[in-house]
Amino acid sequence: MELAFALIIGSLTFSGVYLVLRARTFPVVVGLTLLSYGVNLFLFSTGRLMTGGQPIIGSTDTYSDPLPQALVLTAIVIGFAMTAFVVVLSLRSRADTGDDHVDGNIPREEPEDHQSIEQPREETGQ
Amino acid sequence: MNHWLTAPVLIPLIGGFLQVFMGYAPLSLRRTLGLATTGLLLVSTVILLMLADDGSYRAYAFGNWAPPFGIVLVLDRLAALMLFITALLALFCHLFSLGRTDVSSRQFHALFLFQLMGLNIAFLTGDLFNLFVAFEVLLIASYGLLLHGEGTARTVPSLHYVVLNLAGSALFLISVGMIYSVTGTLNMADLARIIPELGAADLPLVEAGGMILLVVFALKAALLPLTFWLPRAYASATAPVAALFAVMTKVGVYAIIRVYTLLFGENAGALANLGMDWVFPLALLTMIVGVIGMMGSGGLRTMVAWQVVVSVGTILAAFSLVSKEGLSSALFYMVHTTWVAAGLFLVVDLIAGQRGSAGDKIVTAPRMRNRTFISVMFMLGAVSAAGLPPLSGFFAKLLIMSAAVPGLQMAALWAVILFAGFLSLVAYSRAGSIVFWRNVDGHIDQPERLNFPHTVGAGALVAMSVVIVFGAGPLSDYTDAAAEQLRDTSAYTSILDTAMVGEDE
Repeated sequence: MELAFALIIGSLTFSGVYLVLRARTFPVVVGLTLLSYGVNLFLFSTGRLMTGGQPIIGSTDTYSDPLPQALVLTAIVIGFAMTAFVVVLSLRSRADTGDDHVDGNIPREEPEDHQSIEQPREETGQ
Repeated sequence: MNHWLTAPVLIPLIGGFLQVFMGYAPLSLRRTLGLATTGLLLVSTVILLMLADDGSYRAYAFGNWAPPFGIVLVLDRLAALMLFITALLALFCHLFSLGRTDVSSRQFHALFLFQLMGLNIAFLTGDLFNLFVAFEVLLIASYGLLLHGEGTARTVPSLHYVVLNLAGSALFLISVGMIYSVTGTLNMADLARIIPELGAADLPLVEAGGMILLVVFALKAALLPLTFWLPRAYASATAPVAALFAVMTKVGVYAIIRVYTLLFGENAGALANLGMDWVFPLALLTMIVGVIGMMGSGGLRTMVAWQVVVSVGTILAAFSLVSKEGLSSALFYMVHTTWVAAGLFLVVDLIAGQRGSAGDKIVTAPRMRNRTFISVMFMLGAVSAAGLPPLSGFFAKLLIMSAAVPGLQMAALWAVILFAGFLSLVAYSRAGSIVFWRNVDGHIDQPERLNFPHTVGAGALVAMSVVIVFGAGPLSDYTDAAAEQLRDTSAYTSILDTAMVGEDE
């Protein structure tokens, strides 16, 4: 089980890092997601891997550590929110620059104030 | 248990929630409540500063769960100092945002207050995982603030900033997991107790975890190889946000100071002073790259953003001397540089507002309406940031240089600090003389007028460099005491014995 677990974490992290280094926003977002999956599994394994253990002392013969499970839950929630945000942001970037390259347009001019007529809009992280 | 410790977290939290639900209330009401919240926050941090000055550690255990199991807030001199720096900075930035930045979006005040809450949790927390949560809270608010404003110029820098910080968060979780897998705890006091007693077989994992943690904090602090995200992100943010971000890099610096004195400090046994031999040369290189960036920047905002990089290098160079004097001078410099760099961001925004389409670019333009007043503020900020007497930067750099012990380290530190000071002076004089003196004929359509909140916000932060000079004695006494307290890690672990409510106090 340890070997399979380690291989899964390794391949998730490998694919995540590879995709984050790509030049288009969609692979980057997918890469960040894979990276956070890998990290969550890794965090889960820090309480040692076991089968049939319960996080309550005395209820079973083996005891599994509840704290990493709590940490993973927190990390999943935060990672999910951040991924949602980065998806919206990359869509916005695609709409603003007309290109899904992470640097905007490749032969990039400094975006001038050509949209100054635009009404103030809400841009929040919520 | 001292309930005052929750005030810097609860005040912006409640204020921020009020703002969220008042999105459609009149702007003047939202402003009044927002400013009242930041004002109240400042008052509470002053109280905490006075509480902390007796040199003891105070802990607040959430839900009355005893420390190694529950989450604690811990107040000591360093935490109180950081809270105070942030609250004062926030009040003037908030004042500056009135009438310009806060008009374009209904959520500005809420985001601003949530950002403050995240900062305050990061400074107060006594738990490594809680520090991660605090980082995420302040980051998600900072994403919103960075994007804040009209136009499309901010989207791409924001995207870079967000992706970079998400990768940083993944690294943070990995390092936290590595440390937990060996020590079985993430409470900082408990870690400080356990790490010196680790067996040889467990050391490599904790050491690797500690080094990855250093990478994460260095990314937040913008230490050299991880520095290049900063100038573009900060230069594209609106002025009050950029000024508030002056303290964001300091959160990374704070985390480095906290973790690498408490967990991997001098008392950490086999892992004593982990990573400090890396931080010192990198900090010096950061300063050099920072001044090169200042010399090469085409706009005043970019120049001040590089100034932030230089100041991070200076603080970390002083900290990595690993002595009480070095630590104390690093804290003194941190107080000075946070306020002055933020003040410069605000002054630059006043300059840009009066130069029409020339904006903050370092080019000739028609004469500004309030040239004399703004140029005096710019000069005060520049002189202080470059470290010339008689302003606070001079005293801060003097303390850092006198903290170095003779030897190779001293030679390198003195050379780089003096060289960086000289070059930043050149950069400021070049920019200042072009912007203020070389005027061309013509006039600017509708230059912005100075108004009371903007003048006070920018002026007060720059004037803090004069205030620090007059208060230099008490301030350096305080930073000395804070450095002394930080190096005594056994006192920190005593918070594990804090009596809970219901036990015998």
